[in-house]
Amino acid sequence: MNDKGYALVQGNEACVEGALAAGMRFFAGYPITPSTEIAEISSQKLPKLGGKFIQMEDELASMAAIIGASLAGIKSMTATSGPGFSLMQENIGYAAITEVPCVIVNVQRGGPSTGLPTSPAQGDVMQAKWGTHGDHPAIALTPNSVQETFEYTVKAFNLAEKYRTPVILLMDEIVGHMREKMAFKNISEIEIINRKKPACKPEDYVAYKPDKDMIPPMASFGEGYRYHVTGLTHDETGFPTNSNEVSEKLIKRIVDKVEKNIDDFSYFEEYKLEDAEIVIIAYGGVSRSAKSAVDELRKQNIKAGLFRPITIWPLLEKQINKVSLHAKEIYVAEMNLGQYSLEVERAACKNCRVKKINKVNGELITPEEIIEAIGGNYEL
Amino acid sequence: MNCSEITNQYYRVNRLPHIWCAGCGHGTLTNTVVRAIDKLKLNKDEVVIVSGIGCSSRAPGYLDFNTLHTTHGRALAFATGIKLANPKLHVIVIMGDGDSSAIGGNHLIHAARRNIDITTIVFNNNIYGMTGGQFSPTTPYGDLATTAAYGNIDKPFDLCSLAQGAGATYVGRATAYHALLMQKLIEKGIQNKGFSFIEGLSLCPTYYGRKNKKGNPFKMHSFFKEYCIDKKLVDKDPEKGINKILIGEFYNNPQPEYIESYQVIIDMLQG
Amino acid sequence: MKKYEIRLSGSGGQGVILASIILADAAIEQGLNAIQTQSYGPEARGGASKAEVIISNNEINYPKITKANILLSLTQKAYDKYIASLDKDGTLIVDEGIELSGNEPIKVYKLPILKNALDKFETNMVANIISIGAIYELIGEDILDKDIMLRSISGRVPPPTVQKNIEAFEEGIKLIRGYYE
Repeated sequence: MNDKGYALVQGNEACVEGALAAGMRFFAGYPITPSTEIAEISSQKLPKLGGKFIQMEDELASMAAIIGASLAGIKSMTATSGPGFSLMQENIGYAAITEVPCVIVNVQRGGPSTGLPTSPAQGDVMQAKWGTHGDHPAIALTPNSVQETFEYTVKAFNLAEKYRTPVILLMDEIVGHMREKMAFKNISEIEIINRKKPACKPEDYVAYKPDKDMIPPMASFGEGYRYHVTGLTHDETGFPTNSNEVSEKLIKRIVDKVEKNIDDFSYFEEYKLEDAEIVIIAYGGVSRSAKSAVDELRKQNIKAGLFRPITIWPLLEKQINKVSLHAKEIYVAEMNLGQYSLEVERAACKNCRVKKINKVNGELITPEEIIEAIGGNYEL
Repeated sequence: MNCSEITNQYYRVNRLPHIWCAGCGHGTLTNTVVRAIDKLKLNKDEVVIVSGIGCSSRAPGYLDFNTLHTTHGRALAFATGIKLANPKLHVIVIMGDGDSSAIGGNHLIHAARRNIDITTIVFNNNIYGMTGGQFSPTTPYGDLATTAAYGNIDKPFDLCSLAQGAGATYVGRATAYHALLMQKLIEKGIQNKGFSFIEGLSLCPTYYGRKNKKGNPFKMHSFFKEYCIDKKLVDKDPEKGINKILIGEFYNNPQPEYIESYQVIIDMLQG
Repeated sequence: MKKYEIRLSGSGGQGVILASIILADAAIEQGLNAIQTQSYGPEARGGASKAEVIISNNEINYPKITKANILLSLTQKAYDKYIASLDKDGTLIVDEGIELSGNEPIKVYKLPILKNALDKFETNMVANIISIGAIYELIGEDILDKDIMLRSISGRVPPPTVQKNIEAFEEGIKLIRGYYE
């Protein structure tokens, strides 16, 4: 660490540091490139803090184990990449309907299937939103640097705890594997949010009765509140129901508790947007190329700017709509065949043209490619 | 305790009646779990019952403990997380035959391999009951099921041998008829500091029994009475075991438990 | 200072990724900005391995190299693959066993990296650190403090090999200094 408190850290390592700072004391995972360092470092660091790491038999089990640990009161995380993320979907839905806080890290690589294990991609953007079946809430955050990976891992835990929902940290191989400087902050300076616990006596506890904020207080197993948890649609007592009315109310509540609070966690970066006519929208690793492209385009007197969503789900509709009111053209640059651009188009409400810059060959989109797509001249 | 005392103390009475068919063995088996817990005087607040999906997996909902009804096959993986997070809890997993050995087979062998202190109880009725009578990994060869219309050509698992081979340190089998034995095995399983596996042969008169003309619940219970023999008797006289189903305690060999081994590492690192 | 875009290439197991980490680490400790990235195939040993370090006193956004101004190639395969990405005014460092294509820039250092690793240190494991010595000599002490470099090496190589690696680093410096003598 240098005298300013910076050290060279890898993105995946920063994720673990953030998780530990947020209070993670349980990690379950299965090795998969390019996320494996997160499991390795967790296995080294957790027992030193009295926490536990377990390498499960697969990602289905990893996801299940972190939900179990969270129900017993321990902040828990798993980390994976595409194929493992697919396997986790079933139990991500379980965590959503049973409202169990947990964090799932997906360091994206090329897909579909085994795809390009060591190369970056952003093809899981829609899966992060709609991967599990049924209507459900989704919070996903996309850091674009090592420093942000630390900070947004902390935020992922805080949001999971606050809203009692699984939160996805949607990284990519670029951010996960690159090393750059990171400031080690004093843990006491970091805001940590813990789940709301019941204030009532066990006999008065109605496990899934929400407070006014739509979120029910959560007791841990073993604390004397003997309640029932099921992935079946349930009423406020937590027991299964076939009631149409109760079912509708439950699903709407678990979605609303997240979507109606979007202002609480709308994280984004605006770069040279004030007078921008050309706006690039990019997230994760690609946003770094986009920022370089904006600087280069500005040198060519092209009024370019960058809007970078960090909260990628739920969609930052309000902010994107505002951008579309001032822009002539929006270019959505992403390492997939145009998943987020359709969402941007929806939020832009035809206020301006939305164009796509896509790449799925396992390489990061370059600033040059963005500049060319926009019609500028690329000079080194 | 008599029946109604047991019911009032350990069941969520307002959740009854249960959804199981008349004649189903699951109610009796659930009761053996409850009676074993009562016998051991476990603190209800420290008992967690975890299940997967299927008929058997509805059991925890009726029981007044910390109860978790998970996804199909994954109960043991959830239970592993709970036990690691809070080793003080007594974690008991109830699964069905398809739940534990088809969709959840991988989780079963790995939980057994780790010898994590979880008591697993399988209600084996040889069929997928909840979905209407499809063959499971324990449906006998040649039997009929809605997805084995011409006779089952899959060979069945011996679940106890599977669990023992995978590393379970306490293994036994009883039936819904041999309820007292079942209760005893569960008690010893809970007391075993490690992975315990108890198979409870159940019966499904509605699907398996009717489809295979095995008769009414009474006849199916009589079958257990007639064809099951305690392993101890067969050990003395192997001839007695011919064409019989073995029940009783099969394996009791305590080994270092997973979380205790992990705690040694934590203690070492924390000095 | 100018922006250094350094590409280190070789085969898996030669330690070019560790070399790039040591360089980036030293740059950060120096108070500069640095980004290290890598690409690799499925092989833990053999196969192509490439690592990149960008060092600058400005913010670094795009984390990859567009045109390298220093290229290190320890294998023929790596040289053939990456020589085109080297800036015309850049510097090439290659192992002496590599056959040059004729497209190389003016500044070329053909060094006995692999040979000296074996002859002087009895292990090819230090070829990466000899390479860092050579690269360091090109970047210069006015950009990166030598003590910081040595600390970075000591902190990143296996503890029993620290002394050997420091000597290997000095060997790399010597190879550049003595090159035109």
